[in-house]
Amino acid sequence: MQTRTDFFRRLGAQFMTSLQFAGGVFALGLDCIREAVRPPFYFYLTIEQCFLIGVRSFILVAVTALATGSVMALQFGYGLQKFGGQLYVPKLLALAFVREMGPVFTSLLVAARIGSGITAEVGSMNVTQQVDAIRALGTSPIKKIVIPRLIATVVTLPMLTVFANFIGIFGGMLVTVKELGQTPDFFFQKAVEALRVSDFVMGFIKPVVFAVFIALTACYRGMRTTGGTRGVGDSTTWVVVTTNIFIMVSDFFLTKLFILVHPYK
Amino acid sequence: MKSGEVIVSVQDLYKSFGPKKVHQGVSFDVHDGEILALFGGSGTGKSVVLRSMIGLEKPDSGKIMFEGRDIARLGEDDLIDIRRKIGYVFQNGALFDSMSVEDNLAYPLIEHTKLTKEQIHARIGEMLDLIGMKGSEKLLPASLSGGMQKRVGAARAIILEPKVILYDEPTAGLDPYNTHRLLELMKKIQGRGTKNAAIFVTHDIPAAFEVADRIAILYLGKIHTIDTTENIKNSKDPFVRSFISGEENR
Repeated sequence: MQTRTDFFRRLGAQFMTSLQFAGGVFALGLDCIREAVRPPFYFYLTIEQCFLIGVRSFILVAVTALATGSVMALQFGYGLQKFGGQLYVPKLLALAFVREMGPVFTSLLVAARIGSGITAEVGSMNVTQQVDAIRALGTSPIKKIVIPRLIATVVTLPMLTVFANFIGIFGGMLVTVKELGQTPDFFFQKAVEALRVSDFVMGFIKPVVFAVFIALTACYRGMRTTGGTRGVGDSTTWVVVTTNIFIMVSDFFLTKLFILVHPYK
Repeated sequence: MKSGEVIVSVQDLYKSFGPKKVHQGVSFDVHDGEILALFGGSGTGKSVVLRSMIGLEKPDSGKIMFEGRDIARLGEDDLIDIRRKIGYVFQNGALFDSMSVEDNLAYPLIEHTKLTKEQIHARIGEMLDLIGMKGSEKLLPASLSGGMQKRVGAARAIILEPKVILYDEPTAGLDPYNTHRLLELMKKIQGRGTKNAAIFVTHDIPAAFEVADRIAILYLGKIHTIDTTENIKNSKDPFVRSFISGEENR
């Protein structure tokens, strides 16, 4: 009986913590909107973050997309061979990349690389009182820390996703041409034929939603980090796990929503 | 003691962290031109008083009056103006570790003044001269000693010439030589002719005796005693005597 009570107590506490987190992230988002439209504006910090978040993530995203596209082409090609469906590989690959693989894989990579980086940086600043110093010197940590990182992630993640789509499909094409004997012209014709504008819209909106969540979660947790270096490590791990779960779960609901709005024919 | 008009008035401050009641009616005034040392055992909420005075903590109740405004009730936007006038020297300096000494010192000037690059450079030179660190402009905080970091932190806090300077245990963890240098710096800052007041939170009783005009002792969530340094030194109060001699378990 005692164990059952403890279980529900822990469950209740966990629920309250999650609710507090959701409320905190939402409030931080509102603060960002409120502060983003008022001077001073720190354009230089935003450009710097775009470079750190976007440009520095490009190689990781490009290599992963190329490898994923190539593997998918191989799997689809040989998997569909026995059904005589090899001609569908370009269409399948293009649809899978633009709708799902591009946005989700890129977001997961960015969540791991950038989410952890932001949390570690902001968390370290918090435990060494640098965040307090920003406030004590009459400036806003939201303007100085959160808004540049939020804007940079929202701008660069969809761009990285577009690059990942192109590179992934290109990798798939290389394998399809080499292994399945299709021509590049045929591949691109079929790939373009399969895609609709709504697929690009879906593939673009998803990373924007994920970017907002990654940046806000990382900054929120970083600014609440306590407990020295161990606390920074815990926060970093927590952010990577939470953002990954959010991306996977919300991807399902976003896809479902898009299908409701734009039913497949 | 330099007695002037009251510049900051802390009135009946209450603050709890969960079940822990830290402040239970803290009240004191700080006068123009004086250094007030705030003593107290560990965990008595000395730093929380300072943090409340600059709006980094919100008291549960009570007032902190500065220039006719209650800091305890101000929002973040209004606090920006207050924070230009109250400098805060953090315990460990809290320097921005990705910025050089020069950039750390330039930060408040860039944010709050319209000085030209040349003027900012000149002001930084003046500050480095004051803290005895000329030639350290390009160094990063990680390459400075603890004492140097605290001195740069102090210089950053006073570069806008605030009316009140809050020192949060500035001598903690320093060797006697660096403690002496920091106390000399505090005296130099205080003696620069600008009308300012300082509050100095510390455990370091000899240091407080050296620089403070008055001393307040925080005990059980309240100010137990507040008096001139001389009167505290010669106090007959058994608690004060045991506190300054370190005889009683605080």
